[in-house]
Amino acid sequence: MPLGPLPAAVPPSWYLTLSAILFALGVLGFLLRRNIITVFMSIELMLNAVNLSFITFSYVLKRNDGHIFSFFVMVVAAAEAAVGLAIILTVFKNRQTLEIDEVSTLKN
Amino acid sequence: MDALLFMIFAAIAVICGINLVVQTHPISSALSLVGVMGALAALYLLLGGEFIAAAQLVVYAGAIMVLFVFVIMLLNAGTEKKMTVRPLGKYLGAPFLLLFLGMIAYVIQRILPGSSPVVFGAFQGGTALEIGRSLFTVYLLPFEVTSVLILIAILGAIVLARKEVD
Amino acid sequence: MNYYLLSLIKTAIVVGIFMHVLAYLQWIERKVIAHVQLRVGPRRVGPHGLLQPLADVIKLVTKEDILPSHVNKVFYFMAPFIAVTFALIAISVIPFGPVITVGGVRTAMQLTDLNIGVLFIFGISGLGVYGVALAGWASNNKYALMGGLRSSAQMISYELPMALALAAPLLILNTLSLREIVNGQEGFYFGFIPRWGIFQMPFPQIFSFILFLIAGFAETNRVPFDLPEAENELVAGFHVEYASMKFASFFMAEYANMVTVSCIATLLFLGGWHPIFPEKYGSGLIPVAIFAASAALCFFHAANPARPFDKITLPVFGVLFLGAAGLFLLPPVQFILLPLFWFSAKVLIILFVFIWVRATLPRFRYDQLMRFAWTFMFPVALINLFITALLVALFP
Repeated sequence: MPLGPLPAAVPPSWYLTLSAILFALGVLGFLLRRNIITVFMSIELMLNAVNLSFITFSYVLKRNDGHIFSFFVMVVAAAEAAVGLAIILTVFKNRQTLEIDEVSTLKN
Repeated sequence: MDALLFMIFAAIAVICGINLVVQTHPISSALSLVGVMGALAALYLLLGGEFIAAAQLVVYAGAIMVLFVFVIMLLNAGTEKKMTVRPLGKYLGAPFLLLFLGMIAYVIQRILPGSSPVVFGAFQGGTALEIGRSLFTVYLLPFEVTSVLILIAILGAIVLARKEVD
Repeated sequence: MNYYLLSLIKTAIVVGIFMHVLAYLQWIERKVIAHVQLRVGPRRVGPHGLLQPLADVIKLVTKEDILPSHVNKVFYFMAPFIAVTFALIAISVIPFGPVITVGGVRTAMQLTDLNIGVLFIFGISGLGVYGVALAGWASNNKYALMGGLRSSAQMISYELPMALALAAPLLILNTLSLREIVNGQEGFYFGFIPRWGIFQMPFPQIFSFILFLIAGFAETNRVPFDLPEAENELVAGFHVEYASMKFASFFMAEYANMVTVSCIATLLFLGGWHPIFPEKYGSGLIPVAIFAASAALCFFHAANPARPFDKITLPVFGVLFLGAAGLFLLPPVQFILLPLFWFSAKVLIILFVFIWVRATLPRFRYDQLMRFAWTFMFPVALINLFITALLVALFP
């Protein structure tokens, strides 16, 4: 990491590090939280971190394929959010709770 | 100037991300996620992806997150109970996480050693013209398949969330 | 000149004018609705009620700012802030005129020209939904929550026909930057029909214009789609728990959204700042004629006025209008004032249509409103886009 006086522009590895940090935060939220909707939002945070990686590599390699992949990730995330939230609504209607510990009916 | 902008938006993204994990009420988490998406849109602009930045604002922050906020408001979830984290997890997990992230940062820095810094305007291939050209010539098949995917998702959401007519 | 200093000066000018336009838009609305309903409207504060917006501002600022005890304080404070911020940001990409040279400085009459200007406006209107939804949620009040959710659902439902209606002229004009869009509407067919968006070959975009305006009514929560905030329906809807300045913020956000929608409609469909017939046939004299006619009307009515104090105020207005007419005849300022005049005239005509519709039409019920969006506007916008794409592909 270049230390010393702040450069006028940052190298792309800093963007990738930021993407790793956001992905780690998403995984933390996914594992630690008990509300279904918050777990779902952590998944969206992970997808966003991956998008940042795609765009950074697209800048490094000077092609716009990373942008296209990122676009498709967004579209798939939209479809997944729609169906996932519909499932959450149905679960809430049947169980009246949003805690993931209380909706498991499988035995240990 | 680019470094200052990166610092500001990266700080906003990380702080909103931490807020997402830490907040108890889901609606605060949802608004923190909108903050992350806004900061990321600014970072995409710095990397030359202007179409993706606009798509992020329109699709992700303006539609998907609105859907999340609606569902949270409709279900009226309430704050969740405090999570009991075992002391082993708390006092050993955080240092390990930081160590792991430091290792990843080091490995990344070794992979891309001498890349030129990210300057706003250096990458001109992210305009709507270029993306449209790639999308409709090289990536035409995934584009059409994604439209079918969205149709399936719409049908699935309607079937799952409709009122049962007795 | 330094780019930052220039941008700062332009921002100060645009923000100053915009704030005054918002305040006097309310005066225009009250006067027009009053005259439609055969009454007079505000007439006591200042001549013809012209200082009424000042009185309203003073009232709203000095009212007691109530903070109810049961609200969620963070979101209660954040919601009007979000609503106003996103409503006012959209003005930064709207071009008011061509590139001009003032005192040796060459600049465009626009705060910034983005390559993705139209997408930026979509993003900002999508984000404006949060202000309304959070206001309904934070108020901790059944009626406010229902009003907020209904209003946000209406706004996102009508975003879709609005985007499809805007995609059709974008296919013909082939660019997303707002300045390039207006430049593409320059010139005249056969020498006298302007190449505005609604007259553009291969497919005149009249249907897109009408669809965009109807979707614009719904996006800004105006009559006939204003059920979520009507005063005699849901007890004023999502802003029932807000007092003084925060309430004023929501109204300012609504008027700012109205102005933004009118500006976008003007830029994409009515040709921006281009005149209605070529300059060589004398379109530079139209503002002079309009102002001179207004001055003549003022002097004519000052001869036998309806109210005694009009003997003084009407001649003053007449002289002011004559001054404005003279200003349009001076060559040094004509190149700035003429495009501004055409742009403002078109925006004001569309704003007048907004106000006229409010005075005339009854409001939709909520389920009728949503059904109208999904079963009528969306298919019609799709068919319009399909026909436009077909004609553009056949006759490039």
